[in-house]
Amino acid sequence: MFISFKHAIGNNMNLDKRYYAKLHSIETFGTVDGPGVRFVIFLQGCNLQCKYCHNRDTWDINSGTYINVNDLISQIERYSSYISPNGGVTVSGGEPLLQPYFLLSLFKELKKKKIHTAIDTSGMLELTPIIKEVLSLTNLVLLDIKHINPEKSKNLVGFSNENELSFAKYLSDNNIPIWIRQVLIPTITDSKEDLLELKSFISSLKSVEKVELLPYHNLGKYKWRELGLPYELENIRPANEDDIKRAKEILEII
Amino acid sequence: MKFDQWNGFVEGTWMNYVDVRQFIQKNYTPYLGDSSFLANATPKTTKLWNTVLDLYKKEKENGGVLDIDTKTISTITSHKPGYIQKDLEEIVGLQTDSPLKRAIMPFGGIRIVEKSCAAYGREVDPEVDRIFHNIRKTHNDGVFDAYTADVRAARSSHLLTGLPDGYGRGRIIGDYRRVALYGVDFLIEKKKDNLNYLDPDCFDEATIRQREELSEQIKALNELKEMALAYGFDISVPAKNAKEAIQWTYFAYLAAIKEQNGAAMSLGRTSTFLDIYIQRDLENGTITEEQAQELIDHFVMKLRLVRFLRTPEYDELFSGDPVWVTESIGGMGIDGRTLVTKNSFRILHTLNTLGPAPEPNLTVLWSTRLPDGFKKFTADLSIKTSSIQYENDDLMRRYWGDDYGIACCVSAMEIGKQMQFFGARCNLAKTLLYSINGGKDEITGKQVAPKFESITSEYLDYDEVMEKFENMMDYVTKIYIKALNTIHYMHDKYCYERLEMALHDTNILRTMACGIAGLSVVADSLSAIKYSKVKVIRNENGLAVDYEIEGDYPKFGNDDDRVDNIAVDIVRIFIKKLRKHQTYRNAKTTMSILTITSNVVYGKNTGNTPDGRRSGAPFGPGANPLHGRDTHGALAALNSVAKLQYKYAEDGISYTFAITPKALGKTNDNRVDNLVTMLDGYFSKDAHHLNVNVFDRNLLIDAMEHPEKYPQLTIRVSGYAVNFTKLTHEQQLDVINRTIQESI
Repeated sequence: MFISFKHAIGNNMNLDKRYYAKLHSIETFGTVDGPGVRFVIFLQGCNLQCKYCHNRDTWDINSGTYINVNDLISQIERYSSYISPNGGVTVSGGEPLLQPYFLLSLFKELKKKKIHTAIDTSGMLELTPIIKEVLSLTNLVLLDIKHINPEKSKNLVGFSNENELSFAKYLSDNNIPIWIRQVLIPTITDSKEDLLELKSFISSLKSVEKVELLPYHNLGKYKWRELGLPYELENIRPANEDDIKRAKEILEII
Repeated sequence: MKFDQWNGFVEGTWMNYVDVRQFIQKNYTPYLGDSSFLANATPKTTKLWNTVLDLYKKEKENGGVLDIDTKTISTITSHKPGYIQKDLEEIVGLQTDSPLKRAIMPFGGIRIVEKSCAAYGREVDPEVDRIFHNIRKTHNDGVFDAYTADVRAARSSHLLTGLPDGYGRGRIIGDYRRVALYGVDFLIEKKKDNLNYLDPDCFDEATIRQREELSEQIKALNELKEMALAYGFDISVPAKNAKEAIQWTYFAYLAAIKEQNGAAMSLGRTSTFLDIYIQRDLENGTITEEQAQELIDHFVMKLRLVRFLRTPEYDELFSGDPVWVTESIGGMGIDGRTLVTKNSFRILHTLNTLGPAPEPNLTVLWSTRLPDGFKKFTADLSIKTSSIQYENDDLMRRYWGDDYGIACCVSAMEIGKQMQFFGARCNLAKTLLYSINGGKDEITGKQVAPKFESITSEYLDYDEVMEKFENMMDYVTKIYIKALNTIHYMHDKYCYERLEMALHDTNILRTMACGIAGLSVVADSLSAIKYSKVKVIRNENGLAVDYEIEGDYPKFGNDDDRVDNIAVDIVRIFIKKLRKHQTYRNAKTTMSILTITSNVVYGKNTGNTPDGRRSGAPFGPGANPLHGRDTHGALAALNSVAKLQYKYAEDGISYTFAITPKALGKTNDNRVDNLVTMLDGYFSKDAHHLNVNVFDRNLLIDAMEHPEKYPQLTIRVSGYAVNFTKLTHEQQLDVINRTIQESI
């Protein structure tokens, strides 16, 4: 079912990107990435370099395994009794929209089966026609706004947030439901002015259903260590319940 | 017949013949609402419960056993009435004259009694010793008189383990409700009638045995009346109200646990039955909801006080002093109405009113069609207390109707119409190793099974291993049934469950309940042999003692058919081989995939296995994937286990599941919904059983280091719940290391 990347390269396999994706892993009981119980597909490869990333091992586009869309669909069907009636499939990563052709075939199949589709993305990509086509088949976008301030965003994840904000606007204009997310990192994303700025941006969007603050934790630090990489946020403490409460008050969300 | 006590009940033939099910069906009130009607504990309950908590504390300080009556041989009428605090107790009755004082029950075996007393620094009274060594033979003596050399060898090499050959077999559920509904005299009359008719032309051994048993049952029923009378109650007649119905039911159960120290002494399915009485009293305005809850709380308190005297070896197998007072709750009737009543809520609510506890072993019979309010209530309680197990009613109803109960952990039986001969389990992983080593034990090198041809190749070949494994299973199933036939013949003869069987129909279905341990180890081993290369490491005597795996292989617990189908096949093959053999009393052979906590001991006594598991490492409990090998999330593991076919394992397939609160969902409402969804999804795939634990690993580590902070921390292990701090250190580690589904 899975073909390793090395195997594919070694055998000069030219895998059709419409039907094969580079996969990091699968979580069959996802309960935090969208509504209900979700089959979560973590795709391999990311275009950002978030300093706090808890899945550092998903960055490298040249690792992971290949999975075929039909195999994936037949796997998902094994979980239909858990997914219905409120859950669905969430594609996360890495950055799932780096493999839009695959997402298109996957979502077409899921739509046929009336399975709810969600994408967990940073939106830090150019809105190409293929990505727009994928979004037209997406029931929910979990949009992870890295930082509302362009400069701080660049420092934190390597890119300014222009693409991200226009991505959000596109979703809003096309009435695609959004759950805004932000990782609350003490001293980095939690200043009052930034949060107020975020609030005002969110209120400019029409299709936001929910705003989620994810407390920063350092449980993924070991993955950096395993890869022999330095962890820059060594001195930043994890966010606690009080931090979340305070930020929620500023954002005026329940 | 018509008793005044039955006023207001819908009539039926249940009035003429013993038919509790019909009584329930005609009279119960299904409840479709939520938990908002429930009442809190009364001050009286809280006061009484605090006294019990003090007793628990003293018991713990005293090394786990508060006191032992080393002199009185326990029978139904052996001890004077005992009380916790008489003026506070709504429901009365203790096993001995004082709470938590343990009784001796030597009919199963005197040696176990002696060992247990010695373990707590006590000695059995010399007169009792003299009687049971010189005059009265025990079950244990009988078994060893008849055991063959091959069975003894298999026993001491841990190929067959936990056999009930030195202790009470248990796993029999008397229909204790009958005493409340009919009163004892009615039951005696029916049994006398059966005895009179049991006079066929061919007056053979089976007839004589049954006549003797019936006479014993009648004597036991008379003793039951006598016991109740000592507490001031005349139970020769039916119970007239809720309080009496609970009291009568409890007396019947109490008589059973005074007579038998069975491995599992389960209660049955009483809550919906009792609801009929409570509902009648509520409608008549004679009790309030507070009083109804108080009665149930006091009943449950009694069930939490049940104690047996057991040895440290027993404790190593089945840790935490379990009794398996299993109560089966909920489910659906065959007419489509739910069997959930308000009393299903009340008995579960004791986890709130009295706090979490391992006993009674609260077992929810799950159906996807259960009322929503009940589903959410149980899921919420599970998340809070980790004290509930779930079994698939939609599946079991097809086999056992709608008035079955669970004995022990996962053994379903129609109440009052069916019993089982408990058969512990066979170590299937060791069986596999014996097939590689030609019947020699991988640890001792001893020839335990007959000299089969061993495997001599450098790399294991799947077809060769399977062929030899099948041969070894042929041998093991043969001696296994031989051992069980011997055990149950002797148990019937020397340690017959007179009272429990008096509360059964005279003609019943018997099952021979075999079991296997180490299924995931075997499935993974065979998968490794099939899908990667497994090299054998042999010692200087040519004994295969270790294995080197080259490459990766699919592992059980990831919803991968390649290995899951191996597990499914092994279960089917093993039961088919078991069924080739004639059983004692023509019992129907069944099988469970359940280890309770003994997966630790089985693992300890089993060498390196071809899946890479190290010698001495625990097996997965029951049908669990091996610790840490399920890597695709909770549902993939559930799907793997759900593939195991109940029709080949009718005695139950146990899966113990642990998840952190965070992985279950963001808010409590999410968690409840997700757990309900998970249970619906899992059971709609015909899975059988699920233990649900919701906790953080850190909490357990803290509880291990500071037990005093967690006196009531309860967790589900395979098929039952235990107080975490009562587990042995090894078992605590096993639980902590077990896969806890986490999300980052």
